[in-house]
Amino acid sequence: MNDAVKKHIMRGLEKGVRADGRKLIEMRDISIETGASKNAEGSARVKIGDSEVIAGVKLAVESPFGDTSDQGNLMVNAELLPLSSSRFEVGPPSIEGILLARVIDRGIREAHAIDVKKLCIKQGDKVWSVSVDICTINDDGNLLDASALAAMAAIKDAVYPEYDMETNSVNYSKKTTKKLPLAKEPVQVTVHKIGTHLLIDPLPEEQELAEAQLTIATLANGEICALQKTGKAPFSLVEIEKMLSVSGTQSAELRKLL
Amino acid sequence: MTEELIAKDKEIVVPGELLATGMSFLPSKGCYRQGEHIYAGRLGLLNVEGKVLKMTPVSGRYLPHVGDTIIARVNDVLMMGWRVWTNSPYEAVLNVKEASGEFIPPSSDLTQIYAIGDLIVCQIINVTSQNLVDVTMRGPGLRKLGSGRIVNVCASKVPRIIGKNASMVNMLRDATGVRLHIGQNGVVWMSGEPENEIIVTEAIEIIEREAHTTGLTDRIKVWLEKQKSRIVAFEKVAEEQQPETGGFEGGGFREERGGFRGGGQRGGFGGDRGPPRGPPPRRGGF
Amino acid sequence: MSAIVHKRGAYTARLDGRKNDQMRPIEAKVGVIKNADGSAYFKIGGTAAYAAVYGPRELHPKFMQNPKTGILRCYYNMMPFSGAGERVRPGGNRRSKELSHVITQSIEPVVDLTPYPNAVVDVFIELTETDAGSRCAGICAASMALAHAGIEMKDMPAAIAVGKIGDQVVVDLTGDEEHFEGGATDIAVSVLPLTGDITLLQMDGEITAQELVKALAMAQEAAKKIYKIQTKALKDHYKSEARQ
Repeated sequence: MNDAVKKHIMRGLEKGVRADGRKLIEMRDISIETGASKNAEGSARVKIGDSEVIAGVKLAVESPFGDTSDQGNLMVNAELLPLSSSRFEVGPPSIEGILLARVIDRGIREAHAIDVKKLCIKQGDKVWSVSVDICTINDDGNLLDASALAAMAAIKDAVYPEYDMETNSVNYSKKTTKKLPLAKEPVQVTVHKIGTHLLIDPLPEEQELAEAQLTIATLANGEICALQKTGKAPFSLVEIEKMLSVSGTQSAELRKLL
Repeated sequence: MTEELIAKDKEIVVPGELLATGMSFLPSKGCYRQGEHIYAGRLGLLNVEGKVLKMTPVSGRYLPHVGDTIIARVNDVLMMGWRVWTNSPYEAVLNVKEASGEFIPPSSDLTQIYAIGDLIVCQIINVTSQNLVDVTMRGPGLRKLGSGRIVNVCASKVPRIIGKNASMVNMLRDATGVRLHIGQNGVVWMSGEPENEIIVTEAIEIIEREAHTTGLTDRIKVWLEKQKSRIVAFEKVAEEQQPETGGFEGGGFREERGGFRGGGQRGGFGGDRGPPRGPPPRRGGF
Repeated sequence: MSAIVHKRGAYTARLDGRKNDQMRPIEAKVGVIKNADGSAYFKIGGTAAYAAVYGPRELHPKFMQNPKTGILRCYYNMMPFSGAGERVRPGGNRRSKELSHVITQSIEPVVDLTPYPNAVVDVFIELTETDAGSRCAGICAASMALAHAGIEMKDMPAAIAVGKIGDQVVVDLTGDEEHFEGGATDIAVSVLPLTGDITLLQMDGEITAQELVKALAMAQEAAKKIYKIQTKALKDHYKSEARQ
């Protein structure tokens, strides 16, 4: 980004005015629509401003991983589709896509959003595998938080498909009404640092300018369950405290929508 | 054989849509004849002028034309100049000879004049049949741009944003004190109080959306009045030179100058681009 | 759901009650992806496709550039959770590469990219849910998106799957119909509605030449109906813009 344009954005931030008139810790309009994809076991479409993502949950019966023979498997995958921005190219996942998936995975896994022990069908032999796939539709900034919200909403929306234990076959065309074993509900908010300013829900130009960000996943009781810092600039302890405070407030707001 | 106009003037038409029947009708840019019928060859606003069926684009990427004044960004510094991004599929070259009115010695460090990332208002002086583009910085109003905000609009809507005799852009500037440069390539630069820039951006969004309708200037005037309480105090700004498009009111767009085609005809002039022609004649409003 | 008992080979009524020449309900919109130069959404029954056009834009690597004309590149992809069965691993596979290729070839005849030498027009098609006919829905969406992007095209391709189930020739097969026990032939067809010319033709199953010609004629009729829907979606988009 051109220095003159950078300077101009900073000037606005100094005044507390963002390009779309929002305050620094204000989010754009958010909508969550579950059941966005009928074949998926669970799905959700999330819009934050003009950013839009779809997340879908698919279940399968597989062998457990060696070191967790009594637990189901969980995988979070993200695709930054070329459909959603000229920034994204056709081909294998970029580091941005990989980071996005892993950050969201951490938030959901470490929070024990799903009680993976209850996904076990037969220890050491058969367990349910939960795959969450996030696909971006339009990138107008903050795909990170939009994706996390969509993933959580899709997981909450998900039901088991019919499973015949004797023949070990899943009938995807028949869905039960039984929901996944949900334990906790992590909500993710990422706080970005531009100069001395902290803001949330960045526009693409603000994302480009941000020197570092802290992604914070919070539980319903206010406890923090996952953290991820990205970006080159360091944070002072005071800044981190501020970020925690901002994400605490915002995640409570987002939780109401789930 | 019947002679009948099927579609309506000022109507949005789609590819393959039947526009007229009969040999007396003449298809112009964006329309084509098949046997007795004339069809639309793209999405656009149909303009019926007597028996001539013309199409004005309502969407589509910018394609460089000789004489256009554009806002470009320096992508690369070369031996003999710079390569710039033009908001089109084609980069342009700014030769060191065209960089300034002053003489630039051969051993100069070109990055001292324009560095990568710099935004410039320049004019297109040549476009070859392969869409190789040359630009110049020598001319009135051409300059490097300083601190400001960039907004991208659809190039076909630029004449509406400028307005007849720059009426629209002047109205925006006078109401908000925001300095505006509008490139014919759809790149808009603005600089003013942040709150006022937001108002200008919103106004531009409305103009873009409703560019194919009439009475727009008046509606924007009324809308600006309603925003008075949001406008922050500013210093009055002098008029800036705007690109010569002849802009206009009333439902239409820039007249097709070979439309938005790269190679191929320049409607009315025909044939290949050939040598540079200098700035185009001033188009009247309609 | 199979309330009707079929004797082997006979298909007397369609599983969802439609007439033989009746398509499933269709929903079409344009301008659904702001970043794209043109975009559209096309849903038919339980199959939904997005298409986004980026271009004309610079084409890299340079050796792929064509100095006489821009090139068209269509990419077909199913979202991992979109299919009727198991999850589909993301990233291209052989099927999506083949479909990308035939879809590109089905649209090329109708677009004029000579105004953009050395450039590329990229069309990204993504399926969010599928119940047969996904490549056809993708073409219908791509067609609207290209028009929305202002690309010069003489017509808007409309694609539909036709076929034979048991002994009935039908339009717009569902997934259940494709897998009908009595035997089903599934034919994907893309038509240029103005001339009736066929630019995509793929078939699985068995059929007589006569029945095939009958099926293709039904596809041409269906394409004309789809074209009307595509036209309305494009025009409505500009009406709603003016109203705001």
